[in-house]
Amino acid sequence: MSDIMIALFGLGDKLASHVLLAAAALALGISVALPLAVWASRSPPVAKIVLGFASLVQTIPALALLALFFPILLSLRVVFGEGLPTLGFLPALLALALYALLPILRNSVTAREHMAAGVLEAADGVGMTGWQKLRLVEAPLAAPYIMAGIRTAAVWTIGAATLSTTIGQPSLGDAIFAGLQTQNWALVLAGCIASAGLAIIADTLLGAVERGFAERKKWLIWGGAAIAALGVITAAWSLRDSSDEDPIVIGAKSFSEQYILAQLVGKQLEDAGYAVEYRDGLGSAVVHNALTSSEIDISFDYTGTLWTNQLKRNDNPGREVIYDTLVEWERETTGTLVLGKLGFENAYALAMRQDRAEELGITTIADLARRSSQLTVGGDVEFFDRPEWIAVRDAYGLNFERQRNFTTTFMYDALTGGEADVISAYTSDGRIVADKLMIIEDTKGAFPSYDALLMVSPEAAQDQKLIDTLSPLIGAISVDQMREANLAVDRLDDKQSPRDAAAALATAIGL
Amino acid sequence: MTHAVPAISFRETTKCFGQVTAVGNVSLDIEDGSFVALVGASGSGKSTLMKMINRLVEPDSGCVLIDGQDVRTVFAPELRRTMGYVFQGIGLFPHLTVAENIAIGPRLSGTRLPVERIADLLDGVELDKSYAARMPHELSGGQRQRIGVARALAADPKLLLMDEPFGALDPVTRDALGKRVRALHDRLALTTVMVTHDMAEALLLADRVLVMEAGTIVTDCTPRELLSGKGCTTAQELVAVPRDQAKALADLAS
Repeated sequence: MSDIMIALFGLGDKLASHVLLAAAALALGISVALPLAVWASRSPPVAKIVLGFASLVQTIPALALLALFFPILLSLRVVFGEGLPTLGFLPALLALALYALLPILRNSVTAREHMAAGVLEAADGVGMTGWQKLRLVEAPLAAPYIMAGIRTAAVWTIGAATLSTTIGQPSLGDAIFAGLQTQNWALVLAGCIASAGLAIIADTLLGAVERGFAERKKWLIWGGAAIAALGVITAAWSLRDSSDEDPIVIGAKSFSEQYILAQLVGKQLEDAGYAVEYRDGLGSAVVHNALTSSEIDISFDYTGTLWTNQLKRNDNPGREVIYDTLVEWERETTGTLVLGKLGFENAYALAMRQDRAEELGITTIADLARRSSQLTVGGDVEFFDRPEWIAVRDAYGLNFERQRNFTTTFMYDALTGGEADVISAYTSDGRIVADKLMIIEDTKGAFPSYDALLMVSPEAAQDQKLIDTLSPLIGAISVDQMREANLAVDRLDDKQSPRDAAAALATAIGL
Repeated sequence: MTHAVPAISFRETTKCFGQVTAVGNVSLDIEDGSFVALVGASGSGKSTLMKMINRLVEPDSGCVLIDGQDVRTVFAPELRRTMGYVFQGIGLFPHLTVAENIAIGPRLSGTRLPVERIADLLDGVELDKSYAARMPHELSGGQRQRIGVARALAADPKLLLMDEPFGALDPVTRDALGKRVRALHDRLALTTVMVTHDMAEALLLADRVLVMEAGTIVTDCTPRELLSGKGCTTAQELVAVPRDQAKALADLAS
């Protein structure tokens, strides 16, 4: 319990960002939905189109909607210039505002449809103009229903805002994603409790405003609105920029190794006097784009990943050739600096429980292919869509009975629990040793190499002091050291936070 | 006969809803100060004809003149503010107090109605001035329609339009409010057009009864003329109902 309390108290910044994001999205949603609702109430075809669109948006999973704004904003840079942010607040704001449209629109349109015909006739009969009718009759009568819609929208927005973590916007989702990844349940619960509590408070305040409209009690309307506004202002005030300089932003994908490396580099930079910000839990595809567009300054990637995803290659010309080609390619096409290899490899590999592999007589992927039609393969959420998987599958003719997706953490649990027979493991993962897993040999070399790389954005690459500060990390981390650090975060007993594991790793590599 | 300009004139006015002719080529003069009842069955076109006066319905052809001026030359909301309008739905604004409801017309043109004037208007429909602060949902149906009448008279109109104004009221309230409106009509020298399907009400309140059928005026008589047998068969069938009822009641009593 006390762990949760400690985690809760550590969420102040995230909570403030969350409040600001949700409030801004709700405000934008309202300011778009209300004029649309008025238009819709005057024209049935418009009502149909507008409600249809809002419902369609609602069927898109929030996670996908958030991610979709990255390419949309990227393509809009042609119009608005390179300064247009593609990650963080702006895409999160736009996606959540779209999400907030439906309940507000639907309630406004419904309120208008259910308005007594006699009252509307009277409004015309006493000589109201269209504007007077809207202001004096329709708006006040629809207000309680519209408020109910705004309330629903607020609760949805606060919930969905946790997902904005994946596109680099700090929110309470940071705690949930990081906690899920590292099996730190106190952190997950703290994030959930904070977000649920926020939703309940917002719902209560807006509920008071709604009742104020319904019962025509002005003090309830103003009281509820004032407290809500005060909360938003406090959040904004607590986040006011205290440092003058631009912080160095370190991006991390959503697995433990990345969290640890981000903390390791972060500590290094802080010691050198830099202000540091972390964007943890970014989607793998998002990270590279974020780096090349200098939305983030530093990231960690892997040669094989870039080779297949960015260069779209599926051949395997050898480890060094891949690395050299990559460095050259990044410099030529994106201007991004590949500072160097960190020293270890985190390759995708197929892994099984040792006992199960022995039982089935499997040591190579070719052996596996012969038995695959009776086996279940588990992969992380992106694995089966990755070109590496397709290359390996086709090279060996793998044809599994079932294919299941897990988040990384649960993937290992699935293997030990028998939910999957084979998984897409990572070679630097501490759990390979800890869980007594066996890496199945890739005799054909179908998986490319995955040397871990330290990457610097085109903008940050201009900072020589930054480069000097980072250089000691090149070639410094062995795969055993990385596995140990990963395990310290991933194991169930005596877990460490990524920051503590990073500190231990720093000592181990002699920084 | 007076040669003054009629208060309201219809000139070959026609209105169709799709294939149905609601009002077909009606020409009609209504004199200043008269109380005219438009009587007919549902769908006879009586409401449509009246709503063309305040432009809630626009004619397809022909025109409507008020004091000789085409109503289309006036901005519709401003036109409506110059005349009172009472209808069966009453249409009090549920979020406004009685006083705010009464004062709405003048407020639209930027005039604040003084408290005394609201009290006067309430007095005119036989309600105490303490009703001013009440909300519509606290009132009975009859009280609400009284407020509806007070609201219609708030801007000192010359013209009062009423669309089935007493249709939803109980007989006692209906009778009392009908008499009250007639008294106000006389006292304020209004020109009143009342749509009703109740011939007895028309005969008792109006100076002139127009019977409509299928979009045209088929009878145009005074109540006395109607009772003496003038007018078309439709009109006489309508008159027969209250007369037979009165006779049956008289027979019962004797």
